[in-house]
Order: sequence, then C-alpha cells, then structure tokens
Amino acid sequence: MRRTVAVGVVALGLALAVPLVVRSGFWLHLLTLMLFFGYLGGSWNILGGYAGQFSFGHAAFFGTGAYVTAILQLNLGLNPWVAMLFAVTGGALVGLVIGFLSFRYGLRGSYFALITLAFSEVLRVLATTAKITNGGQGLVVPLRAGLGNFQFPSKAGYYYVALTLTVISLAVAWGIEHSRFGARLMAVRENEEAAEALGVNAFGHKLAAITIAGMMAGAGGTFYVQMFYYIDPRIAYGPAISVESLLVSIIGGMGTVFGPFLGSVVLHLVGDLTRQGLTDAPGMSLVLYGVLLILILRYLPNGLIGGARSLAARVGLRAGGAASAG
Amino acid sequence: MLRVSRLSKSFGGLRAVDDVSLEVAEGRIVALIGPNGAGKTTLFAMISGFLRPDAGTVVFRGTDITGMARHRICELGLVRTFQLVQPFVGLTVRENIAIGAHVRLARRRDALAKAAEVAERVRLTRQLDEPAARLTVAGRKRLELARALATQPKLLLLDEVMAGLTPTETEEVVQIIRAIRASGVTVLLIEHVMQAVMRLSEHICVLSDGRIIAEGRPAEIAAHPRVIEAYLGHGAAARMVASATTGSGDGH
Repeated sequence: MRRTVAVGVVALGLALAVPLVVRSGFWLHLLTLMLFFGYLGGSWNILGGYAGQFSFGHAAFFGTGAYVTAILQLNLGLNPWVAMLFAVTGGALVGLVIGFLSFRYGLRGSYFALITLAFSEVLRVLATTAKITNGGQGLVVPLRAGLGNFQFPSKAGYYYVALTLTVISLAVAWGIEHSRFGARLMAVRENEEAAEALGVNAFGHKLAAITIAGMMAGAGGTFYVQMFYYIDPRIAYGPAISVESLLVSIIGGMGTVFGPFLGSVVLHLVGDLTRQGLTDAPGMSLVLYGVLLILILRYLPNGLIGGARSLAARVGLRAGGAASAG
Repeated sequence: MLRVSRLSKSFGGLRAVDDVSLEVAEGRIVALIGPNGAGKTTLFAMISGFLRPDAGTVVFRGTDITGMARHRICELGLVRTFQLVQPFVGLTVRENIAIGAHVRLARRRDALAKAAEVAERVRLTRQLDEPAARLTVAGRKRLELARALATQPKLLLLDEVMAGLTPTETEEVVQIIRAIRASGVTVLLIEHVMQAVMRLSEHICVLSDGRIIAEGRPAEIAAHPRVIEAYLGHGAAARMVASATTGSGDGH
C-alpha cells in the first residue's frame, strides 16, 4: 500500500515535469492525446469494464458535452470552465436517459451495445439538422487564450489539463475497486440475478455506472472543444470516439484501474510510429495497426494488464515451485 | 417467520404452483420435498421475489413482501441460494462472499473480513483466494451457501445444496446447516437427498403437481400413503403395505 503510494507520487512528479523537458510540440500533443483518450477510455471502463455493460455509443456523452460547451459559450457567452459543469450535467442526463430506458427493459449484452450505438447515431443526425448546432458545418468557439478561458497558447497547458483529467479518472477507478459500490458493480457484471439475490440493486447500480461514465465523457467533450476550438456532428457523435473509448479499454485491460490509460499509450504509440515509419506506402500504416490490434486481441484476451498479470502469476508460480523444491 | 398464503403461478396452461399455503416457524429447519417438476423451485422463486405470483401473498416477519424487489427482500433478511449454482466466476472466493456481506457492512475491509469468517463456517478457508471458477462442484455449493450466509439472514432458502455431492460431502453440509440453525437462522430447504432431509428437518411439506399433498414430522411423512404414491406411482402404498404384511418386503 505504502509502496503503491510512493510509486504513484513519483510517477505523478515525472508526469508533471514532462513539459519542462519535452519541448517538441509534436510530442506534447501526442502525450496530451494519449492522456485524453485514456481518460475517455477510463469513463467507458466504469460502465463496460466494471459494470459489464458494453457501450458502443460512448460518443453520445462526449458529443453532448462538447456541444453544450460550444453552444453555451457562443450563445450565452458563458465561461468554458462554467460550461464544463453544464457539459458534465448534460453527459449525466444523456446517461440517465439511455440507462433508464435500456436497463428498465432489461437490455443486456449486444442489445445494450446496439441501443447505445442507436442513440449516438440519432444524436448525430439531430446535430446535423438542428439550427443551434449549426448543422453539418459545426461550431467554432470564440478564441481567447488564457487559463481563465480554458484556452492555452502552448501545448503544455492542455497537457496539464489532460493530466488532471487522467488523475481524476484513475482516482475514480481506484475508488471503485476499493468500495462496496465497485464490488457490487462487478457482481452485476458477473451475474446479475445472483447479485440481486445478495441484496444488490442491479438496476440502480447500472444506472449509477452509466451516469458516472456520462459525466466523465461529458467533461471530455469540453476538453476537446477547448483544444481544437471546433466541433461538428461527425466528430461529436460519430463512431470514431465510441470505438476509440472501448478499444483503449479492451487493449489495456477492462475492469482494471490502469488498463484504459495503458491501452491509449500503446495504441497511440503504435499508430503514430507506423505512420511515421511508413510514409512512402500510404495506407500501409493502417494495415500494420490492424495486424497489431488483432495480435493483441488474439494473444492477450484480457488486455495488456491481464497479460502482464498472468505472466507475473506464472513467473511467481515457477519461483514458488523452485523455492519449495530447494 | 414466513407465511405463504394461497400462492399460485401458471406458465401457459400449466399450473406450476397451485394454491399453496405454508408456514415456517422461527428457528426451525423445514424441508420442501416432492418429485421433479412439482413446483418447488417455482415456489422458492416467488417467495424470494424472482417470480411474481399470479395470486396469493408472502408475509415475512410481519411484512408483506409479495412482488417486492429482490434486493429489498434480501435486505429484510430473507435470502435464497440457486439450485444451479451462480458463482461470480471472475472474482475470488473471498470477493464472492464479501458481496453478500456488503448487505450489512458498507466498508470494503469489514466485508472482506466477514467473508473470511463465513468461509470458515462452511469450510472454504483454504480456497479463499482462489478464483471461484476453479472450485469443484462441492466447493461451488458451499460458496453458494457462504454468500447467502454472509448477508446475515433471518431466513435462509436453500435450493438443493446437497445435490451431486458424495455421502461424505453431504454429511459435512448437514452439519453445516445444523450449525447455521444453531446460530439462530431459520432454514427452509428443497432437497432430494432423502436421508439428509429426514435427519435434518423437523417439519416437511410435500409438493406434488403444484399442490401441498402432505405435511408433518419426518416420521409421519415417510409413512404417508399419498407421499409414497406421489413418489412411486399410483397404488404403490397399497402394494407396500401388502408386501410388508406378507413379509417379503425389504422395508424401503
């Protein structure tokens, strides 16, 4: 326990020092994206990894947060930090509605995945047609650099905000793993009926999980808009965000604290290195990326963390066996 | 402790449970027996909130719990086990039992400590940190029992916790159930292992084709003509009496 805290403090210290050492805008941007998608994956992980409810439409929360942020700034002149609170609320509400409707009627597994996908698609179509979202042309937020306005002249500013989000998401996951709430989420994931027989309000817990996931992804939407100054229906509600959120969790390890973070780091490293290394063969990087994905999924069904754990267990077993033999 | 009044449930045209009433007095071990398909598990499911009855009421310690949410019934102190065991396979034995313990204990540490304590009562201590997926049939049955016990129930509904066990294992479970009762928990159990039922229970209800056909002390039930007929077929009781009087029967 004390060692974990020490490791955490050292890691955080190093992470804080990164912008002082890394001056390259390219690398800082990449690191920021790694943290950001790790954060989004972390929100997916609460619902998909711990509660076992696979969302395929995580963009519904993210996009709502992004649009709420942009619209409140443009139409009411609201400060983006304040708008973030509304984005969190918006994400929570979308989570509550989707969760209530699907869990009330007992949708599970692939049905739940499909209904979340359907919701994000409906929202995408609405955003494409509605006036307030400026249709398919999207929204550009007013530029006004400064910490107070959640816009930074240097990449380091965004890096620090993404790092804060990451720390929050890791803390939430850690809290879930060490609480009754989290234990009950996992019980629901493993066997809903057995959980209910043991006093777990399965409906309530799933609803709480999707609401928390929605809140976190909503805040992620704010971050995205403030970093890129722009949002449109395809970015906000398209499948890219949904897939990325679940992919980093699955690659890293579902239902683990560090899984989504690790998955995001690995996926972005692989994605970017293949793109950098294969500039003369267009499309080849995606092929390689795909092959690597398949290999990871084939040989590490429990993600990188799961693979590392079983490796550690095997090594420990061998060491234990050697000790008892000697 | 528990009063079931005129409970009925139909599936399509089949009356699975037909106007069943029964009572379980506090501190007792009551058994519910009957041939396969008699409606025992359906009755359990209705008592524990897993099935909504078509008619009738279930009153537990003065509270009408008919149609109440499953987790609320558990919180009130009535907990069931499943005939087909339902372990949380991705969790360890300790974590499995802790889920039950969390009904009364909010803190993780307390629930995990309680899990270790309950594991000792059902003799699962050695497997505490193993994944539940690695348990044997006997181990899984005990885990089912342990999780239910960890909720600190007033009334425990056990659905065939001895099915598929060896005689030695069955004997251990019999002792575990006796110890549970001695600790102040009332027990209602469904069981096919007759020897165990006869030794354990003070009161037996016999269900056949969805109806209670007899109830009483084990000795009365064993000699009850309708019970013998339900199990062995029409006319069996008469034949047994006949063979017993001619001295050719072996007494089973």
